[in-house]
Amino acid sequence: MTCQELIDFLLAYLDEELMAEPRQVFEEHLHLCPECVHYLETYRLTVRISRLACEVREEPCEEPPERLVRAILVAVQGEGRTK
Amino acid sequence: MGIATESSAGIKPRACPRFRAGHYTEQKHAVRGGRRWREGADMDDVSRNIVSLDDGEADLLAALRAGEPSAYEETVRRYTPRLLATARRILGNEDDAQDAVQDAFLSAFRGLDQFAGQSKLATWLHRIAVNAALLKLRHRRQAHEQSIDPLLPRFSSDGHQVEPAAPWDSAAERVLERKETRDVVRRAIDDLPENYRTVLLLRDIEGLDTEETAKQLGVSEGTVKTRLHRARQALRTLLDPHFRGDGA
Repeated sequence: MTCQELIDFLLAYLDEELMAEPRQVFEEHLHLCPECVHYLETYRLTVRISRLACEVREEPCEEPPERLVRAILVAVQGEGRTK
Repeated sequence: MGIATESSAGIKPRACPRFRAGHYTEQKHAVRGGRRWREGADMDDVSRNIVSLDDGEADLLAALRAGEPSAYEETVRRYTPRLLATARRILGNEDDAQDAVQDAFLSAFRGLDQFAGQSKLATWLHRIAVNAALLKLRHRRQAHEQSIDPLLPRFSSDGHQVEPAAPWDSAAERVLERKETRDVVRRAIDDLPENYRTVLLLRDIEGLDTEETAKQLGVSEGTVKTRLHRARQALRTLLDPHFRGDGA
């Protein structure tokens, strides 16, 4: 297995979709190739970091666009939802 | 075109025939089963019954149901910034994002009577906004899609990495406590080509599974997997300079 093939199969490996034999070949390559270990680790970190960065649902500092707020409220009124 | 662009003169509230009253409701959703996320209800929360409206939300909901105009205004002002941020991330376009947010509010307000209040109002609105943005994405004519290839790893003829991967700073996750680092990550996600960004957002950020993502986007599960893998690789490439060594 080459580095290219290992990286091609990375998602399947992480999703535990590789059969026993290709999984063993995959792990043997990892054993011998620190660069692929680094790739695997940083790929995993990418997933975790992107999740964490978006998980913080911080309130955007900006004010809501006034035109949008007005347009929504007029539409709501037009549907007769408010008193 | 956008209903609320700075450049558009005389914004008109737009009817939204695609959404029907009560379309996004917890009850209907539960009856249909199996599509828990798709129509906006937070059924995980509902089934586990672990989330309930806080007092502020309960009061707001009661006032909305009573048709209090101030409650509608407060809801729109309170939630628009974060819904807009979500819609922008999916659509990458301000006009479309604002359209989606308007669609989402109108849809949510039509479904208020069926909202059981067992999930948080903010969560419910968030899911509806994601759906509205995805709907808009599907209807939008595909612009020329930028290639993801330059962001994928390169290999020599014998299959070795041309730019060998190096470890990232061990504090990479901790530095996310800084807002500027989170902004770097979010901007990198925004920079992904649309087809890939959308899959990554649905799978890795919104937490949909492959099957549901495929249904939402109208593509095969194989396509979802391929795009997800490429999107993660591209995002890794974009983040690498920021997190490699002590660069974060």
